[in-house]
Parts: sequence; C-alpha cells; structure tokens
Amino acid sequence: MTMEIVGIWLGALLTLALYSFLYRDNPFYKFTEHLFVGMSAGYWVIYNIYNVLIPNLWDRLVGTGDAAPDMMMIIPAVLGLFMLARLVPKGAGLSRISLAMIVGTGAGLSLVTTFRTNCLSQVEGTIIALTGAGTGQFLSNLILVVGVVCGLVYFFFSKPHRGVIGGAANTGITVLMVAFGASFGYTVMARISLLIGQVQFLLFEWLPTIPIFRGLTG
Amino acid sequence: MRLFVPLFMTFICGMIIILQFFVPHRPFSTLGERLTDWYMIVASAAIFLGAVNLLQVHSARIRFRQKNWQYSPVVIGGFLVMMAAGFGWGVADGRPFDWMFQTMVVPMGATMFSLLAFFVASAAFRAFRSSNWRATLLLVSAFIVMLGRVPIGDVIWRLIPGAAASSHPNLVNEIAEWIMQVPNMAGQRAVMIGASLGVVATSLRMIFGIERSYLGGSD
Repeated sequence: MTMEIVGIWLGALLTLALYSFLYRDNPFYKFTEHLFVGMSAGYWVIYNIYNVLIPNLWDRLVGTGDAAPDMMMIIPAVLGLFMLARLVPKGAGLSRISLAMIVGTGAGLSLVTTFRTNCLSQVEGTIIALTGAGTGQFLSNLILVVGVVCGLVYFFFSKPHRGVIGGAANTGITVLMVAFGASFGYTVMARISLLIGQVQFLLFEWLPTIPIFRGLTG
Repeated sequence: MRLFVPLFMTFICGMIIILQFFVPHRPFSTLGERLTDWYMIVASAAIFLGAVNLLQVHSARIRFRQKNWQYSPVVIGGFLVMMAAGFGWGVADGRPFDWMFQTMVVPMGATMFSLLAFFVASAAFRAFRSSNWRATLLLVSAFIVMLGRVPIGDVIWRLIPGAAASSHPNLVNEIAEWIMQVPNMAGQRAVMIGASLGVVATSLRMIFGIERSYLGGSD
C-alpha cells in the first residue's frame, strides 16, 4: 500500500466522518472536528514560524548571506516575548506594551489604507457619467449612483428617517437587500462548489481504490 | 503610569505610521518601514498565545473531566503531531508536515466549509418563510445569482420557445451578472464606505487614547 493510497483513505474517512453530522451529532464527527482544530492550530503555528519569524526576524537578527546582523530586530523579539507574558498573571502589564504597539501601528495603517481603498476609491468609482452610453447603461449607472447614495443615507443615523431622508433610506434598504441576496447566492455557490469537489474526490479518487468499485466510475 | 506608557506608545506608533504617508522622507519613511516590519513580528507572537491557550483549555478539560473531555486528547495530539512534523522534517513539499496538511487538513477544511452550504440553505429557508416583500427580493436576487452561476440556468431559459434564437441566449447568466455588477455593487459600496468611515473614526479614537478597551476595559 503506497503512501498515496493511505493519504486518499485518510482524507476519505475524515470527509465521511464530518459529513456524518448531516444525520446527527455523533462521536465520529466530534473526533474529526477536534482533530481538525488541533491540526489546524499546529499548522498555523509552524506556518508562522517558517514564513514570518524565520525570514523576518531570525535571518535579519543573525544576518544571513552578506547582510550584517540587524540588532534593532531585538526590539520586536522582546515585544513578542512581552506578548507571551500575558500567560503569567504578574506579567500581564508587559503584554500591554506589545498590544499598544500592535494597536497603534495597526490603527495608523488601517486608517490610511482603508480610507484610500474602501472610501476614496469607491466614491471615485461612483462618480460616473450617466449619459452618453445608451438607455440600458444610463439606467444601470443611475441605479448604481442612487443605490450608493441611498444606502449611505440608510447608514446615517444622526437624522430621523422621516420625509425625504426616510424615503431615501427605504430605497437604500431595498438596494441593500438585493445586494445581500446576491452575496448570499454567491456564498452558497462557493460552498456548493466545495461540496462538489469533495464528492468528486470520494467518487473519482477514493472509490477506485476499492477493488470491487474499480472501473465503476470510469 | 500603568496606562500612560501603553497609551503613549499607541499614540507614537499610530502617528509615525500616519505621518509616513504624508512625509515620505527620513526619518518618517524609515521609522514607518521599521514599525510595519515589527508589527508583523509582534502580531505573529499572538498566535503562540492562542496555541498555548488552546493547550491550557483542553488540559483543564481533561483534568476536571469536563463535558466531552474524551476529545481533548485528540486536539492536543493533532497539535503536537503537526508541530513535531514541522520541526522534525521541515515544511518542504513531500515532507510529513506537507503530507498531513494535504491529506488531512485540506480535506477536513473543505468538508467543514461545504457543510455550511446545508446550514446556510436551511437558515435561509427559515428566514424566507417570515417573508415581507424585501425578504422576497433578497430571495429572488439570491436565486437568480445562484441560477446564473450554473449551466442549468441557461438550459432552463433555452427551453422557452424562441429563447435560444433570441438576442439574449444566455439571459439568466446576463441578469445574474447585472445584479452582481449594479445593485450588488451599489449596496456593497455603501457598506464599504460606511464601514471605512467607522474604521477611520475608531482608529483615531485609539491613537488619541479615547478608546482604551483593548487595554483591559478601564478608563
């Protein structure tokens, strides 16, 4: 039995154990669910060490190749250790310093980048010419502009939603409902494609490894 | 003093990062680059905190024989096996770590997320039953988008006499695309613009020390 066959069987048994939840909660599902949590945690820790800490901290600290050691990298190393001080009740104060650094830098980064990409670029994309591209395009552009403005009015809570503002907010809700429906449909289809992938794996990779089913699935 | 040092640090880090966008010269550019590098390293330490916490929680479950404690050794075992494989043989393609990831973690992840399709569908069915016209609009929009993403949508459309020979042989797909490009984009943009203004306000509150809940909730 090759390692490839072992891998296929492992994957198939774990997949079937997880799908057994569709019948009802059972020990096979619970076992696999817990295994997934443990292995995923282990995966992300190792991934973090090999892809973040070694290239960005260790290699620069010791100076690989022609690069000289960068002693300034001791600072993030110490701050990282301070973060772990949270595990010791008396050292919780030290972790606040690391947390402050993360929060401050993260806030500064997200303030500018989010404002640029999610606000300014989106506003820029909404300021479009309504005319000059045929009736269909005119209607689409009009719905886009009115939809964005009315959607924003709905999120504006400093004025009561009455009169003109109420009407605009109502239109905003309608646009948002269509958008949520589209996002919902899109998400469901993404999940369904994963389901199809797993069923294909069971049918075309796992089943042919069982002698009596060999040749049955083409 | 207990709060002053972290608040001062938040302010300095936040201001340096913001200033480097407006003054892309020394010392702000170099300080900003340094801080961004350090941010990635210090933030990655948080994953170790999470891993240790996971081990603590499940060890306590086993020790006190809490509900479903029998599965906690599976969590700890899975975690330790992955760690041992990663440290012992490295993470290159074909090594035990990669083999376990490809044959176990990837199928489990895909199955877990595909299970959500069933739960989302059943939740949607319950939501749509308590219908008003807007809920129906949501349903119709979702249905068209789903139908437009699969070949059967256009097959159904072409069953209508004359549809295949019309100027829109793939009408269902076209309508789905229009919903995604126009009303969906309008709604998403409104959400994005609103959320980004919220991010800006919250970031400023953090940098200026008005928002302090991340330090433990005390004012």
